[in-house]
Amino acid sequence: MYKKITTPLRDEDINALNAGDRVLLSGVIYTARDAAHKRMHEALQKGQALPIDIRQQVMYYAGPCPARPGMVAGPFGPTTSGRMDKFAPELIAMGLKGMIGKGDRTNQVVEAMKEGNAVYFAAIGGIGAYIAATIKSQEVIAYEELGAEALIKLEVSDLPLIVAIDSRGNNLYLTEPLKYKDKFTEIISDKKELTGIINE
Amino acid sequence: MREVNVDIICETIKELFINANYYLCQDIRDKLEKYRNIEVSQIAREILDKIIENADIAARNQVAICQDTGMSVVFLEVGQEVCFVGGDIGEAINSGIRKAYREGYLRKSVVGDPISRYNTGDNTPAVIYYDIVPGEKVKIQIMPKGFGSENMSGIKMLKPSDGVEGIIEFVLETVAKAGSNPCPPVIVGVGIGGTFEKAALMAKKALLRSVDKGNEDVYYRELEAELLQRINNLGIGPQGMGGITTALAVNIEAYATHIAGLPVAVNITCHASRHMEKII
Repeated sequence: MYKKITTPLRDEDINALNAGDRVLLSGVIYTARDAAHKRMHEALQKGQALPIDIRQQVMYYAGPCPARPGMVAGPFGPTTSGRMDKFAPELIAMGLKGMIGKGDRTNQVVEAMKEGNAVYFAAIGGIGAYIAATIKSQEVIAYEELGAEALIKLEVSDLPLIVAIDSRGNNLYLTEPLKYKDKFTEIISDKKELTGIINE
Repeated sequence: MREVNVDIICETIKELFINANYYLCQDIRDKLEKYRNIEVSQIAREILDKIIENADIAARNQVAICQDTGMSVVFLEVGQEVCFVGGDIGEAINSGIRKAYREGYLRKSVVGDPISRYNTGDNTPAVIYYDIVPGEKVKIQIMPKGFGSENMSGIKMLKPSDGVEGIIEFVLETVAKAGSNPCPPVIVGVGIGGTFEKAALMAKKALLRSVDKGNEDVYYRELEAELLQRINNLGIGPQGMGGITTALAVNIEAYATHIAGLPVAVNITCHASRHMEKII
């Protein structure tokens, strides 16, 4: 049921992933969100290098809670990917192979994914404590002054993800909801059942 | 007259913000389980299972349910016999939040200015609302409000002639446009009437209500059911990946309004829907 994959992601790994696949990802991933992406974009605009070699890497859109003493990581679920859409195509063009976040992406991002053979994974939004338990180590790599918005290197083990958009552009956010349109009324066919769902 | 020392408020605020972040409300958990049992999408069932399992992990490990521990919203209902002593009430509330976010290992997600965006480092300032009511108690209701869902909220100044159909259309449009971004399944707070800002405040207060009690007024209770049905018929599903569980509940609050107006506000919250209260 789950495909086990490890980073760095090779093209043959990515070609074997289809929208809807459940995966367990292990290895090194990098996290960054709004502020760090802005810094990286500004660096590129000025012709400067990125803080990391981004080729074949996976970017996780997240900003964590601080870790309780004795724990490796605090709650560490995904943030809304859409806010990083502006920055994704240029990073993919530089060799970024995977992105992890939550929510749909723009057409520009999907086109960049097809062009660059990159994949987009959805981590389940809100399961911060669950995801923290899959993190084996974390290290701030750059932009430490940004706090929870720093560029952080994570080592994860069996992080559960869903392939939301594959490298051919198949997109669960577009295909799945259509199948369930008006299904709720079919399931809750009478008023008594509806009340049961609403009230105790 | 009753004197209440602000230190008690500070400690209570601290306790409430930590607990609201660590422990999923029972009524929300019950709803998630109900929907998981009737959900028809396989992916949706797996997602709901992990959401429920996450709540157990958070409680067991004494950590926040979600890393977005929110901007701190506080509602104080102060009995008019009460006199706060021992300091400034606003400072006491912010001090309680500062302590909660430090001692609870919660994320500091507040920037001091919306343009310069420097992180304040302690999750203050809070957004605080005060109401004066009869009596001598202080009711404290808190909500760590995450912004994935907050960003998907909306408000519209409808015309009276738009009527209830106009209201339904705006609520559906707001939830449909939000799609996967607010971390469905969501809870939808709707404020109808008042003024521009009153409608928004009612929509937020609606999210303080439990999800298994409809509005006291039968007309609004039926409208809540109608909206819930129509939202779930959109098929957006958990995390926007399809299913019948797009919203766990719709809560409506209504107020008097002007003869020329019909303000409608939609405040969305996610399945964490953190809120807690205590009466001093």
